[in-house]
Amino acid sequence: MNLTLKIWRQKDANAKGKMVDYKVTDISEHMSFLEMMDVLNEQLVNTGEEPVAFDHDCREGICGMCSMYINGKPHGPDKGVTTCQLHMRMFKDGDTIVIEPFRAVAFPVIKDLVVDRSSFERIQQSGGFISVNTSGNTQDANAIPIAKEAADKAMDAATCIGCGACVAACKNASAMLFTSAKVSQYALLPQGQVEAVERVQNMVRQMDLEGFGNCTNTGACEVECPKGISLENIARMNREYLSASVKG
Amino acid sequence: MSGLIKSSIARKVVMALSGLFLVFFLGQHLFINLTAIIDPDTFNTLSHFMGYNPLVQFILQPVLIAGVVIHFIMGFVLELQNKKARGVKYAKYGGSTNASWASRNMLISGAVILAFLGLHLYDFWFPEMAYKYIESNPEDATRYFPELAHKFHSPVRTGVYCLAFVLLMLHLWHGFSSAFQSMGVNNKYSTGLRKFTQIYAIVIPLGFIVIALCLHFSHL
Amino acid sequence: MALDSKIPKGPLKDKWTDYKNHIDLVNPANKRNIDVIVVGTGLAGGSACATLAELGYNVKAFAYQDSPRRAHSIAAQGGINAAKNYQGDGDSSYRLFYDTVKGGDYRSREANVYRLAEVSSNIIDQCVAQGVPFARDYGGLLDNRSFGGVLVSRTFYAKGQTGQQLLLGAYSAMNRQIARGKIEMFNRHEMLDVVKVDGKARGIIARNLITGEIERHSAHAVVIASGGYGNVYFLSTNAMGSNATAAWKIHKKGAYFANPCYTQIHPTCIPRSGDYQSKLTLMSESLRNDGRIWVPKNIEDVMAIREGRKKPTDLSEEERDYYLERRYPAFGNLVPRDVASRAAKERCDAGYGVNATGEAVYLDFKSAIARYGKEQAKLNHITNPSEAKIYELGQAIVEAKYGNLFQMYEKIVDEDPYKTPMMIYPATHYTMGGVWVDYNLMTTVDGLYCIGEANFSDHGANRLGASALMQGLADGYFVLPYTIGNYLSNDIRTGKIPTDTKEFEEAENEVKERINFFINNKGEHSVDYYHKKLGKIMWEKCGMSRNAEGLKEAMAEIKALREDFWKNVKVPGTENEMNPELEKAGRVADFLELGELFAKDALNRNESCGGHFREESVELDGLQKGEAKRNDKDYAYVAAWEYKGEPAAAVLHKEELEFNDIELKQRSYK
Repeated sequence: MNLTLKIWRQKDANAKGKMVDYKVTDISEHMSFLEMMDVLNEQLVNTGEEPVAFDHDCREGICGMCSMYINGKPHGPDKGVTTCQLHMRMFKDGDTIVIEPFRAVAFPVIKDLVVDRSSFERIQQSGGFISVNTSGNTQDANAIPIAKEAADKAMDAATCIGCGACVAACKNASAMLFTSAKVSQYALLPQGQVEAVERVQNMVRQMDLEGFGNCTNTGACEVECPKGISLENIARMNREYLSASVKG
Repeated sequence: MSGLIKSSIARKVVMALSGLFLVFFLGQHLFINLTAIIDPDTFNTLSHFMGYNPLVQFILQPVLIAGVVIHFIMGFVLELQNKKARGVKYAKYGGSTNASWASRNMLISGAVILAFLGLHLYDFWFPEMAYKYIESNPEDATRYFPELAHKFHSPVRTGVYCLAFVLLMLHLWHGFSSAFQSMGVNNKYSTGLRKFTQIYAIVIPLGFIVIALCLHFSHL
Repeated sequence: MALDSKIPKGPLKDKWTDYKNHIDLVNPANKRNIDVIVVGTGLAGGSACATLAELGYNVKAFAYQDSPRRAHSIAAQGGINAAKNYQGDGDSSYRLFYDTVKGGDYRSREANVYRLAEVSSNIIDQCVAQGVPFARDYGGLLDNRSFGGVLVSRTFYAKGQTGQQLLLGAYSAMNRQIARGKIEMFNRHEMLDVVKVDGKARGIIARNLITGEIERHSAHAVVIASGGYGNVYFLSTNAMGSNATAAWKIHKKGAYFANPCYTQIHPTCIPRSGDYQSKLTLMSESLRNDGRIWVPKNIEDVMAIREGRKKPTDLSEEERDYYLERRYPAFGNLVPRDVASRAAKERCDAGYGVNATGEAVYLDFKSAIARYGKEQAKLNHITNPSEAKIYELGQAIVEAKYGNLFQMYEKIVDEDPYKTPMMIYPATHYTMGGVWVDYNLMTTVDGLYCIGEANFSDHGANRLGASALMQGLADGYFVLPYTIGNYLSNDIRTGKIPTDTKEFEEAENEVKERINFFINNKGEHSVDYYHKKLGKIMWEKCGMSRNAEGLKEAMAEIKALREDFWKNVKVPGTENEMNPELEKAGRVADFLELGELFAKDALNRNESCGGHFREESVELDGLQKGEAKRNDKDYAYVAAWEYKGEPAAAVLHKEELEFNDIELKQRSYK
């Protein structure tokens, strides 16, 4: 198939960017979206133009590196996938595809479609851990039984890949789904209880400091999350936060 | 208080609590108004009670005003912050593909409701205040229904009221259930609760619309 | 230099304990004055960073991604082994050790493997304490599954995302130390050379991938944890950015490179579909617990399927060849990866491949769905359930176990694997070879360590499933923090290492020269052009089966390709900006050297062992006819290569492998 691409080009963080049109031809429907981008870049290198910079790594939907806001949706039109898992069969011959970086003040553009998500890092550093040192004397893994349901829910929350689609999709650029996924994971496990009060307060404080917007419960994050992280986690974080405010 | 509302979650809780209070107020308001189309005498009695009971007048009324003001200011502050959080806008934004119109446009529905509230106060509350506290007229337990019915003679005003109630419907559709989410309520009853809030969101404004239309057409 | 593996004396099971009891320690006050650089933040690097920082060292960590959480360990699906014996099925440290040595075809170092098996249970305890949500049973205790090549259930897992959860565990431990300032994290940085001062590793040269700035970083020791070199094949299950540059640079600065020919070709990957393909996707080996692998028995059916006249579901049981069950009745579909991969290749080479490229076999869940369905019907007291009901119940179980994998398959291939069998084919997955290290995990350069997949260490010639995660975390959490202390205890009086010395300057200039070359070379071909060509040579001549003639050709072809690369490569953009093509150019330049050493090593090892299959070395008769034939008399050694200016000129050093606690046997899965 033949496609027209409208891509955000921006030389570096300080430069002014703009949308630029490109044409790609003979795209197979079995290609992934990123493979289509490879074709474009190969084409640009061969004609002496600078290729489009975009983040990507594992190309199997787990590292969370790939981003891109495609035709009005983070990771494009398919459900439950990252951009690397999006296949060209989702598009039609002759389509125009608009490709933009994830937009948020807390995700400044580094170049073209590459954004800086270090705000997520700082949120995790503010409390996304259990303070246990490595030692050979930790108690046996089976010493505390954990109800399967709690363990499964913790796992569901923990599957967050930190891609930022929730922020990109949210009309407020809120990072509540991301932050709440980590808070929830630990809130559901006995190991997470000891630091529960400080954790949720510190992580929410850092999230606010980074300049993300407020949650207005539109649910766009849940719809666009490639890992299906549920809004239930946001409610749990709200609950944890309120109880922490009372306790702490 | 100031420390509390510095955090995004606390601000949301303030929104939720003030919102829930207003939701409750709407319910009782509708209940009293419904009597207007069933039995004008009951309406007069209830209105008179509300108008002259000191608890209602000097405790509940200021609380209600505070609730409206807080809900409005906080909503506006949140919206400003939220706008700021995006920075550069998307060239092609697909907001409608992943969230409902109601949830994305609470500011619009809220602003319309606020404007309506102005009209509503102009219609009823200011005259009422003037009647009682400025002109110091004597108590008259029969005047409420005629005052109400009179307002709905105008088709324009009736139309404006109905339109505002439709926006209220949208506002409640998202806002009521959202309040529970903001306060961390999410459990096995959530689905049922959500259904209830959605029914409420339709029934309450619809009730007001029915009253407005009834009064308008009964006059014709 | 003769190789000294520094294996402690004494009985196998006491070696590690005795070693720990007798090493020199650094007191806590002195640890504050010691810096350690860790390159790579996957399971090995991330866990090492966290533990070293907890101990009190100042850690500088480097990752080319924008976060440690994105390292490719995250993609490991199936699980992590540990000799916990929670299932009471007779597991023990010795048995895990035995299985790993046997699985590695007796080409790993006994003492290292035993230590690995010994610390494996600590890993699970540690991870649970960190909040890693492993799968649990209804009693709330940890669940296990079994994996290829073993007879016990010792694999712990977190859905199909075990690597992700373990990495996020290590990442959380790192975050705690980053917040404390004990780890200084350098995201989007790539190490481009190691700096040696007086023969010791004392720092690195790194490029800031956002600004292009070349930076000098010093430390008292350098740890390389940069993963494997599977991307030498261009197409592999590795991440796009996975590269061998750090490992190869230290090789050029004196670290020996061991057994590069030991590569794991994983049997259950989604087959390639076209030339545009950028990577291959792995489907967890755990699928083989329930899936049955087959091709049609008759070549006519193969043709009919390829031409679309028949569907795989049209074939009756009698018309199917479950070749693994046929050839290896004892282990069936659960034979080790190398055996399963070669068996698939054997069928496809014989013309039985079931897709258009002729390179695919079926992985079928029909039997498992029926089995689970019947079980569920019984559990739910459904009498005389219909076929459809059984299918529905069974599908729900399979979905619970492998749902995410099935979904992934459907997204890529656009076929529903619940209805029609999956198609799979082997793909490059893991490299057992790597930088040679001694028992301390130190390379042949003082103060330079190598951990995780980047070293050659524990897997011998073939890695068993769920052992990579185990090794990465064992190295990082439980081994390196001890062994490196022993070395650093001599550095407590050294003080900060200055970066304004001639050694740093020379290394930096070398790096800059190379970058300038790429930017200024106005060649004709893109970096990928060369990478793809290299990959094709590697896959065809150094792939699942190898012979002397092909390997010699491969060496010559890679050399020629490399020479052409240095003349004709084209890199757009400049050096002072984010430039992904420039990054790739450096990595491919190193692959073009590593590939040749790979072929040289494969040529040298004229035996078949583990993932390395030489067509010249097969069993000629008996029950094992046609199977790989190992040669313990001549090749029971680690081939460690010393760099001498050209890959072809590398000098071989042998570390003889001694097996005192295990009997060398033909690896039989029949």
